[in-house]
Amino acid sequence: MMNQKNLIKISALFLYIFFIVLSFIFKFNMGKQIGYNFAGFFLHMFKLLPCVFILIGLFDVWIKKEVIEKHLGKDSGVLSYLWALLLAGPIAGGLLPAFPIAYSLFHKGARLSIVFTFIGAAAVCRIPMTLFEASFLGIKFSLIRLAISIPLVILSSIWLGNYLEKQDYQIMKG
Amino acid sequence: MYILYITTGLALLISFIADSNKTIKAVLIAFEKLVKILPALLSMLIAISIVLFLVPDTVISSFLGSDNKFFSVFMASFLGSITLMPGPIAYPLCGILLKQGVSYMVVSAFSTTLMMVGILTYSIEKEYFGRKITILRNLLSFLIALIVAFIMGVVFGELL
Repeated sequence: MMNQKNLIKISALFLYIFFIVLSFIFKFNMGKQIGYNFAGFFLHMFKLLPCVFILIGLFDVWIKKEVIEKHLGKDSGVLSYLWALLLAGPIAGGLLPAFPIAYSLFHKGARLSIVFTFIGAAAVCRIPMTLFEASFLGIKFSLIRLAISIPLVILSSIWLGNYLEKQDYQIMKG
Repeated sequence: MYILYITTGLALLISFIADSNKTIKAVLIAFEKLVKILPALLSMLIAISIVLFLVPDTVISSFLGSDNKFFSVFMASFLGSITLMPGPIAYPLCGILLKQGVSYMVVSAFSTTLMMVGILTYSIEKEYFGRKITILRNLLSFLIALIVAFIMGVVFGELL
């Protein structure tokens, strides 16, 4: 079944490809630049994502639901936030790989506030990124940023988690 | 990047030695999940390629260097939200901005929104967590970035 929304998306995709191809044939700079941007990011993604998804797959088959529930689930304590920060620390590549990982954590029984803490931490306190940041902007800058953003991430995650649980919000099962 | 490859390779190897059936299942799950997210990934890549063309580095530096601090912070967090850059590109750019005399407050607003707020990754995030969570999380992150920027301004003596 092809609904109208998909039809629009597919036509837009073909229009885009058509535009890029024509731009390269007729040496139209704007289109070429957009084409290069696409290729650059495409390569960046596909150097990263297959590994991320393989690790998610391994996580899925090896880690028992009870383990995640016990450490990151509803009855886990304050330590679970530390776990979320530590899990996010070594992640490479920012939010994008963090979303599917967070999604897997959720379906293994992690509670919502932990899932959001994990996503926020993957954004603000990844170790490789922070080292990079410190070398360009100074250690003082990085330390202040971490000291402010980590507590704010945890607090906002708790609030968002509680708010959604009160509303009985459901994330679709996958 | 190499660490990721080595980790993945080792994890696969150990898993395969421990239980080959489970490992094959894991790879199938990985493949299935990757394929499922491909359409959203494709629309994100198209959006990125267009936005990066419309907002090149030169535009970013010219907007953030403005004399009006609050306008600059606003522009910085706006530009940080609508663009997407990997760290190895973003931080050198932030370093250049600092050298050009852009304040720490503005640089922090830009880099923090860049990392936390993803309008371009909206299609992906929505695919996993739904529209409502995605919008709320991004709004909260935007707010956090503003608070971080404000405190940076105070600490580095650019405000007050």
